[in-house]
Amino acid sequence: MSSQDTALVQATGSPQRLVDMVFRLREYGIIVVLIVFIAVTTGIQPRFIGQQNIKFVLLNATIYALLALGETMVVVSRQMDLSVGSVLGLSAYVSSNLFGQVHGIPIPVVFLVGIGIGLVCGIVNGAITAFARVPGLVVTLATLYIIRGVDISIIGGGEVAASSLPAHFSAIGSDSVVGVPYVTICVAVVIAIGTYSLRSFRPGRELYAIGSNPDAARLVGIPIARRVFSAYVTSGAIAGLAGVIWASYYGTVDSTAGTGYELTVVTAVVVGGVAIFGGSGSATGAAFGALLLSTIATALYALGVSPFWDPAFNGLLLVLAITLDRGIALRLAEVMRKRTFRHEP
Amino acid sequence: MNPEPVSATGVSTVVPSPSGAVPPAPSPTSSVGEPQPTGTEPPRFSGLRGLARWEVALFATFVVVFIVGRVLSPEFLTNYNFFNMGLSNGELAIMALPMTLIVVTGEIDLSVSSTLGLGSSLLGLLWMHGWPMPAIIIVVLICGAFLGAFNGFLVTRVGLPSIAVTIGTMLLYAGIAEILLGSNIISDFPATYTNLGVYGVPGIGLSYSTVIFFVLAVIFGVVLHFTPFGRSLFAMGANQEAAIFSGLRVKRTKMILYIVSGIVCSGAGILYTFRLSTAEYDNGTGLVLSVVAIVLLGGVSIFGGKGSIVGVVFAVLIYSGLLDMLLLTGFPQQASGIVIGGLLLLSVLVPSVPEFQARLRAGRHRLRRQGHEGAIVHSRPVAQPLATSDGGGKDGQGGPSI
Repeated sequence: MSSQDTALVQATGSPQRLVDMVFRLREYGIIVVLIVFIAVTTGIQPRFIGQQNIKFVLLNATIYALLALGETMVVVSRQMDLSVGSVLGLSAYVSSNLFGQVHGIPIPVVFLVGIGIGLVCGIVNGAITAFARVPGLVVTLATLYIIRGVDISIIGGGEVAASSLPAHFSAIGSDSVVGVPYVTICVAVVIAIGTYSLRSFRPGRELYAIGSNPDAARLVGIPIARRVFSAYVTSGAIAGLAGVIWASYYGTVDSTAGTGYELTVVTAVVVGGVAIFGGSGSATGAAFGALLLSTIATALYALGVSPFWDPAFNGLLLVLAITLDRGIALRLAEVMRKRTFRHEP
Repeated sequence: MNPEPVSATGVSTVVPSPSGAVPPAPSPTSSVGEPQPTGTEPPRFSGLRGLARWEVALFATFVVVFIVGRVLSPEFLTNYNFFNMGLSNGELAIMALPMTLIVVTGEIDLSVSSTLGLGSSLLGLLWMHGWPMPAIIIVVLICGAFLGAFNGFLVTRVGLPSIAVTIGTMLLYAGIAEILLGSNIISDFPATYTNLGVYGVPGIGLSYSTVIFFVLAVIFGVVLHFTPFGRSLFAMGANQEAAIFSGLRVKRTKMILYIVSGIVCSGAGILYTFRLSTAEYDNGTGLVLSVVAIVLLGGVSIFGGKGSIVGVVFAVLIYSGLLDMLLLTGFPQQASGIVIGGLLLLSVLVPSVPEFQARLRAGRHRLRRQGHEGAIVHSRPVAQPLATSDGGGKDGQGGPSI
């Protein structure tokens, strides 16, 4: 396989670089949009880049960006995980409820419980999708309902009050160093590791292969079922982790925690340049997508625009992003075709 | 590929070859008049017999649900309860009909509940500004048509994946509804209209939304199963390329479906508003998941090319029966998602059981060649060469593979 690969790279050397460049441009594009947006908003309302506000935006984006990492793995392999919001809710409640039930429980154990809950949910999603070969969209649509239902039956009408959480735990979501919350730094590191492993390690690259051409991936011997399964398990575990962070940040956890997050996460991922039918995009891009969404939400507020405009903006952004991607893809295909003809003797 | 010789002969080779890729079943005679199963997966329910089997299973489930409901609660099988059941699920059921047609063509429309919400908000807004109700209803329906056309435009003309487009427009339309109404809650509608929402049709004992659902179900059923237009939807869902090459106007048809979906869903929004006597921006939020669940439970394949209105009608009945049963037995209403989700999961798992068994039996070697096509959303027939080497005998009659 490796010799074929090198031959392929040699034969299509320059178009390959071109594709790489375009996709990188797509990612930088998000950053440029973000900077322009921040600059314009700051121009109108200087308080927008105040310490407090930056912290708020970052904290808000952190949870979405973390979820977007798991979602990227799944979407890159041409599947979708709609259950992340429900997993987050379940994990947030069960883990934070431990403080009230088990006196003096160490915080790492709580994190492990949260991640464990996510793992179990991910295993269910992944097993059904990968081994029973049911489309992941449908499976996770079902588990979105089921996990939320389980969450509601456990909680009933109750909630975890912020006062029942130990100070150390709440500090995770609020303490910061030079204006940047600790959680954000940790999550940024996790995302960097995730992006690197997706891009540079074999299982990660195989996810891209599966997403860009499942039949070809199968023919070269990639264990599709196993890879898709592990993508779902990872996404579930990440959602579980995000749930614990959510609990420490918001403090009060009831049965609506994380409702509707799945759509925001999918939007962030797609806006961040991950193709909805897989094969391209990066977790970093998705994280910037999440950052852009939460910046916009806050900016609207800072500019005095009614927060009612926020969902419409998200929707518009998503439609624009996929239209742009489509345009780029068509243009790229045309350029590549021309180049191929030129290279032919 | 050369476009010219494909037009006539191309179709005849494209359509049968996917079915040649599956375990060699001695092709039954019944599959002649039936739409071909999707090109990307084995024909689990090819032929009338297979289709009927799913509907029979649904019918059996329906009977079981109603018997269990009767056992659990004496109020279950009463006229009053039937009225309530229809009342609380009418809009949902209505939205499932255009969704069925769209899913049959292999697309999806996730913006239905937002279209409902926007219709409801627009109704409230215009009423607040003193418009006469008949004019409002017409404007709302036209607005729905435009919302659908926008989806259709992005999907067919710009060529974007419908799932991404409609997630986007779901947020967008819900956002516009929010912008229109803000935190206003409009509830001073005249009793003439709100009575339509809560009282039954005289002499029938079912709510207006229920009656509208059944009428629309008949119309959609006839269109889907007994007209060339409806059959062309199956062709598109089964194999889009083949449909294009055989001269079907795929883009225009899908555009029409999205517009119809927009109109029907905004109409459902009007009914919803009258039923609750309230126009709020978040009316109908989250209904889309139930609509999709119902359509898939009804045996419509998410890959397109398969499904029937009869199945969807039974799915609606099962869904409302189950929910109502849970309500009567005091099950926490919010947690009913467990049941809906479980039902949805079952409805996709059960059909894949035979395939799973076959794969287990076939063993690893075969497994690798057979491929993992069931779980992939838009798989292209790339593996064709492999498939032809698998069942070479079948290929002989269809001419050379492309």
